[in-house]
Parts: sequence; C-alpha cells; structure tokens
Amino acid sequence: MLDRLRFPHPWLSLTLFVMWQFLSDGISGGSIVLGLILAWIIPLMTQGFWPDPPTLLKAWKTPAYLLRVLWDIVVASVDVARLILSPREPRPMFICYTLELKDPLAISILASTISLTPGTVSADVSDDNTLLLIHALDAEDEQEVIDTIRNRYEKPLLEMFQ
Amino acid sequence: MSTFAEYAISAMLIIGGVFTLIGAIGLARLPDFYTRLHGPTKATTVGVGAIVISSVIYFSTLGRGIGIEEILITAFLFMTAPISANFLAKAAMHLEVRTSEKTRGQTWDQ
Amino acid sequence: MMLTALYITIAMVTLAALLNVYRLIKGPDAPDRILALDTLYINAIALIILLGITLKTRMYLESALLIAVMGFVGTVAMAKYLKRGSVIE
Repeated sequence: MLDRLRFPHPWLSLTLFVMWQFLSDGISGGSIVLGLILAWIIPLMTQGFWPDPPTLLKAWKTPAYLLRVLWDIVVASVDVARLILSPREPRPMFICYTLELKDPLAISILASTISLTPGTVSADVSDDNTLLLIHALDAEDEQEVIDTIRNRYEKPLLEMFQ
Repeated sequence: MSTFAEYAISAMLIIGGVFTLIGAIGLARLPDFYTRLHGPTKATTVGVGAIVISSVIYFSTLGRGIGIEEILITAFLFMTAPISANFLAKAAMHLEVRTSEKTRGQTWDQ
Repeated sequence: MMLTALYITIAMVTLAALLNVYRLIKGPDAPDRILALDTLYINAIALIILLGITLKTRMYLESALLIAVMGFVGTVAMAKYLKRGSVIE
C-alpha cells in the first residue's frame, strides 16, 4: 500500500494540482485536499499510457520556442485568411518529410507545430516514426516547405531533446 | 472604463469575428477535404483566441480579476486543434476521400 | 462603441456558424461533416464568451470550458470510429 503513495510523474502532478486550483473558485482547504488527491490518483491511473518519462533536457529553451510558434500562428492565420479570400485556386500538395527527431514527444510537438503554422497540416506519422506526411495548402516547391520546417522548427526541437 | 481599453476590446472583438468568419468561409468554399482542413485549424482557433483576449481585458477592467478560465479555454483549443485535425486527416486517408485534381503528391494509408 | 463592435462580432460568428451548417448538410463525405461539427462547437464557444460579455457575467465561461473538452472528445471519437470501425478497442 505504501509504495503506491508516490508521484510517478511529479511534473504532471504539479500541473494537475495547479490546474485544479485555477478551476475551483479560489484556493481553500477543500480545493487543496481534492487537488492533492487528484494529483496523486490521476498519474497513478494513467501510468500505463506513459511508456517512458519524456526527456526534456533543455527546458529553458521552451519559452523562446513557444513565443516563435505563437507569432508564427498569427502570421499563418493571416496567410491562410488571405488565400481563402483571394479568388485564385490554392495549389495543394502532399509532402513526405523525413524526420531527424527520434523522441515520440518531440515528434508530436513538431507535428502539432506544423499543423498550427504556415499553410501546412501534418496528416500522419509512419509506423516506424521516420516519415511525416504533410499537407500543404499552397506550396510552390516541395523543397522550400521542407527547408522551412527543418530550419525553423526541427532544429530548435533537436537542440532541446538531444 | 478607459477609452483605450474600450478601443482595445473592440479591435480584438472585430479581429476575432473576422478570423472566425474567414475560417468558416474557407470551410464552405475550398475545393476538397484536405484544403478545408486548413481553415478551422488556423483561422478559427486564432479567431476564438482573439475573442477570449477581449473577454480577459473586459473583465479585468471591470475589476473582476484576471480570467483564468478564458486562458484555460484558449490553451486547450490551441492544444487540441492540431490533434483533431490530425485524426480527421487520418480518417480521411483511410476512407480515401476525393482530392482536388490540382493536388500533387500522394497520400498513404497504413 | 464597444457595444456596436460586440453586435457586429456576434453577427459575424453567427454567419460563420451558418456556413458551417451549410458544409454539415452538403458533406460530401463523413470527414467533412465531422470537420463542420468541430468548427461548429468552436464557434459555439466564441458565442458563449460573447454572450458573457454582453450580459457582463462570467458564469457562462464554465460551460464554454466544458464544451471545449466535450467537443474535442467527440471529434476524436468520431474520427476514430471512421478509421477503425470502433471507438474503444
């Protein structure tokens, strides 16, 4: 029994606890107790879905990356908006992108980033985690899109997860 | 409420409305499923984000504290939009949805 | 001025919702319809927030948060059903 009284994922527990304080109206004794219980029991029950603890080695680089992505999201939305309103037909294209990242968490972060930024949606990852299928809304040239993603998003992620 | 806050709220509201509308126009007018996927994932998410920011400014100028719920909603939408887009794209590839003739490159299904 | 902007925004979001309904009816494939529903719930969240600003209350934000969570789960469940033929394997 006692060996269950531990926090297998301390960061997840901390996030859950803080989130619960935000969700309940104001911090009180009750919300702290319930928050502690949730922070203990949710990581324990979802343990099977977390194969390896993710290795985020250079965590201090995340804010810069997040800011860049946020800015790119705004730019991307303006681009997509302009394309939707212009009368010409878009030139869609499927692109196979060879991944350099190995970590599954890093790959999913990259895929989400691609979906939210300029004219691309990541459609699928191949089973062996080496290829990413990307749909570009309006692409001139395959290589250009690949280079943009490689330099702008994958390089910082490689630095963070290596 | 100060005039500046009022201008900021109005601008954010209009920006949010315009982006939401453009996302929906994209959904209605683009030629095939994969291109239609772009409108909601980007434009609509940003539109709701702008509306939420205006709500945060509004309630903080009314002196009711900073809205944590609003920020949670936005964070949640920004995290889930790419995931649902990815799931829908996978489903569409499995069903071999028709793509427009101009599409270059191939899908795969595994 | 803010009230005018608010009404214009509500009109735009409602129009957006109508366009989504058009896509929902027209289809042509199941993924299109799910995508339309997905956009529709995001628009509903926007409308709820706008309603909260109009009525000067923050009460409705909780329901917006719930719609955000439930809508995402619904979209994923439907997409998964299309791909695998079952939701829970």
